[in-house]
Amino acid sequence: MRKIVKYILLDILKNKIVLVYTAFLLLITLSVFSLEDNTQKGMLTMLNLELFIVPLVSIIFSTIYIYNSSEFIELLVSQPIRRRSIWLSIFSGLAGALALAFIAGSGVPMLLFERSVISMMMIGLGVMLSVIFVSIAMLAAVTTRDKAKGIGMSILLWLYFSLIFDGIVLFLLFQFADYPIEKAMIGVTALNPIDLGRILVLLKMDVSALMGYTGAIFKDFFGTQKGVLLSFFVMLLWIALPLLYSLRKFNHKDL
Amino acid sequence: MTIKKLLPLLLIAAFAAPATARQLTVGKNAALKNIAQALVIAAPYDTIIVQQGIYHEHNLVIDKPITLLGKDMPVIDGEHKYENISVKADDVVIKGFKVCNSGISSITDYAGIKICNRHNITIEGNYLENCFFGIYSQYGIRCTIRNNTLKASQKEEQQSGNGIHCWKSDSMQITGNTVSGHRDGIYFEFVTNSLIWKNRSFRNLRYGLHFMFSNNDTYASNIFENNGAGVAVMFSNHVRMFRNTFRENWGDAAYGILLKEISDSRIEGNVFKKNTSGIFMEGVSRVEMHKNSFYGNGWGLKIQASCMDIKLNNNNFIGNTFDVGTNGSLVLNNFDHNYWDKYEGYDLDKNKIGDIPYRPVSMYSMVIEKNPPAMILFRSFITTLMDRSEKVLPSLTPENLKDDHPLMKPVQL
Amino acid sequence: MIEVQHIKKSFGKLQVLNDVSFSSPGGSCIALIGPNGCGKTTLIKCLLGMVVPDAGTIKIKNEAVNKGWEYRSMIGYMPQIGRYPENMKIGQVIEMLSDIRMYKAQRDEDIINAFQLKKLYNKRMGTLSGGTMQKVSAAIAFLFNPELMILDEPTAGLDPVSSELLKEKIQAEKRNGKLFLITSHILSELDELVSHVVYMQDGKLLFHKTLDALKTETGEEKLSRAISHFMKQHQPS
Repeated sequence: MRKIVKYILLDILKNKIVLVYTAFLLLITLSVFSLEDNTQKGMLTMLNLELFIVPLVSIIFSTIYIYNSSEFIELLVSQPIRRRSIWLSIFSGLAGALALAFIAGSGVPMLLFERSVISMMMIGLGVMLSVIFVSIAMLAAVTTRDKAKGIGMSILLWLYFSLIFDGIVLFLLFQFADYPIEKAMIGVTALNPIDLGRILVLLKMDVSALMGYTGAIFKDFFGTQKGVLLSFFVMLLWIALPLLYSLRKFNHKDL
Repeated sequence: MTIKKLLPLLLIAAFAAPATARQLTVGKNAALKNIAQALVIAAPYDTIIVQQGIYHEHNLVIDKPITLLGKDMPVIDGEHKYENISVKADDVVIKGFKVCNSGISSITDYAGIKICNRHNITIEGNYLENCFFGIYSQYGIRCTIRNNTLKASQKEEQQSGNGIHCWKSDSMQITGNTVSGHRDGIYFEFVTNSLIWKNRSFRNLRYGLHFMFSNNDTYASNIFENNGAGVAVMFSNHVRMFRNTFRENWGDAAYGILLKEISDSRIEGNVFKKNTSGIFMEGVSRVEMHKNSFYGNGWGLKIQASCMDIKLNNNNFIGNTFDVGTNGSLVLNNFDHNYWDKYEGYDLDKNKIGDIPYRPVSMYSMVIEKNPPAMILFRSFITTLMDRSEKVLPSLTPENLKDDHPLMKPVQL
Repeated sequence: MIEVQHIKKSFGKLQVLNDVSFSSPGGSCIALIGPNGCGKTTLIKCLLGMVVPDAGTIKIKNEAVNKGWEYRSMIGYMPQIGRYPENMKIGQVIEMLSDIRMYKAQRDEDIINAFQLKKLYNKRMGTLSGGTMQKVSAAIAFLFNPELMILDEPTAGLDPVSSELLKEKIQAEKRNGKLFLITSHILSELDELVSHVVYMQDGKLLFHKTLDALKTETGEEKLSRAISHFMKQHQPS
């Protein structure tokens, strides 16, 4: 399996898109921190960009890459290799490449500008989101044979997680405005890794005071060690569940 | 009597006081070992000089108009049981003492120095440490509280009194004091015609300045920093607030200033920096706000619909998360000629005034006002999108809450 | 060596394989023939584990295919249309496969030499012509000395000379006791190679006979004639 990962990583690097992505992140990070005079505001801007760009690039790039590797997958499937190894290797290669791109492009400069718990959390979040959206892309790509449909599906999924889900949350908030739903909202955020990550990082920043009563309730939960561990575990689930489900599908897929 | 006969008498009267005003010295090596002794033998308008040392005076009651001077900061220790000094005469000067460890009680307001119903009291250059209340004036008139440092370190509001506490007083001058760690840094209730100038009030448990039912007062050039709930100015009129700095009052219910039921007042040249809300105003009317700066606050200005006739001109709004928040659609206030860093308009005629109006209330801030839990969507993509679309097509934000003449460059202050 | 039992497979409503069973020992060469869309390629893909059958079992050297994967090291597969990562060069693909299979023994480079592929090692797969691609596929199929060779239309797209070279190699390996499973439309060239014939139609296996038996039964000398004779008999009325 390690060998396949090696070939996939080499192939992704040859692809150059990941290098462009790294350079792009680097450019953005450097310009954000040099334009903003205080790092706290820089961090907030970075958070917004991170929540927007990282999932988008991860899911779209991965989906396209998987479709473009169909020959490679076919070639490997006829070889004495477990299907599971092939699929997990592709996952590891993509996740590794995108996480590394994020760390190199955004993480390292962020640490150079501000060495704090928040930077570490931001890096952790970036890596997590990269991996989660690779995992979701694997599921989207295995579900349909048609490349255009698959890419369409992953764009929709991205739109869902970064926009539509929040729209639904807003709708629910107004529908149930007369009920104490703050606590239930904690559960709802677990259904979207982007929201979960955003709230985790925001609560660590000073701006959490702006979040008033709701923020206080969230802080009570996410501020504790238990809350952080639980969120981490939920993030891991967001990696594992789509991946395992896609693996099951791949194992039974006719090539 | 003719005037000639009267003249020598008048002369004697005029010079008698200084001639008879004595200096008494209290100290370890002096004849008088404690201040209470000295007070007994002192005549009105005498000066008592207190040498360095620690004095356990229990409750020192000053019942004659005298000047009490500390030399090298002698300590008057209240042993956590007594009120250190009670001023019960007019024309008293207390200068250069370290006053510490007053009693703490939930029934009596023990203070480091208390003025009761007197006038012309000067309290200057003292250092008050760990007092329940610091300097306490009730019914004080024309008192000067100048250049004192007050420091307390209680953690609970109930265990802590106010730094400089004035109640039903008039013509007070509170200048150059530094207050920290008290419940409220400076407390004004029913105080009129007074000046609060150049004080620093920071890290107090509740308010840096707590100001109620006090009319015709001015506070200027003070710094209020990092207080539990910022500054509250309530139920007063004709208050002038000039060139104060309100900064880093950060927390769930903290404000730069909370203005409540204020009328006919002026707020000019103040700086509001990094507060959760720069100003929160409720029931405020006829207030002019000029040349204030709002930097990096959560909300620059939260203005409830109960406010009216507020003129907001030539202020700078820079780097606030939300410039203005409001809870209603009715706007009876005037926003004009302010600088807003979020303004994205243009100035074709180069008159340094933007050609299209600026709407300082974002749609998302309206949403939060209606539905506070929506704050969980803070900084999510959808809120950005909402604000963008609202800018193009306003629907939810108040129609006439806008600045028709937004400045292109910050106001020079 | 191969045992296929009651294999069923459908894609959606289309029943592609309907209860197919056959078995064969080593040392023979089976021609898998039948009209287009009869399920030949699907059967082959089932053998390779690329298509998962709905029912039935396949055993290769007594190892069940649906669970295992190691058995594939015994198979050399030459697909009908080779699909390879476009960015890789011929040499890289060959090296990568050896690397991934962790194949340490002597590689069988006869085909590579016969087709003079080494000269083309620096060509990217994406730029290859169909024929060259077939040559690469053939080279890879023979490379790791497998005991079972599955060749799907091996000579399609090859020029006559290369085609001849490939057939020579097949003959040689047959003599070495390998089992061949070949599909081809060009029945004439199978004449010289095959010992057995498996005939499929509409997802069903109609017969599995030795070439000699088939010829005797039909009274024809050529495989192609024998098959067309048979097809006429079995035409759906």
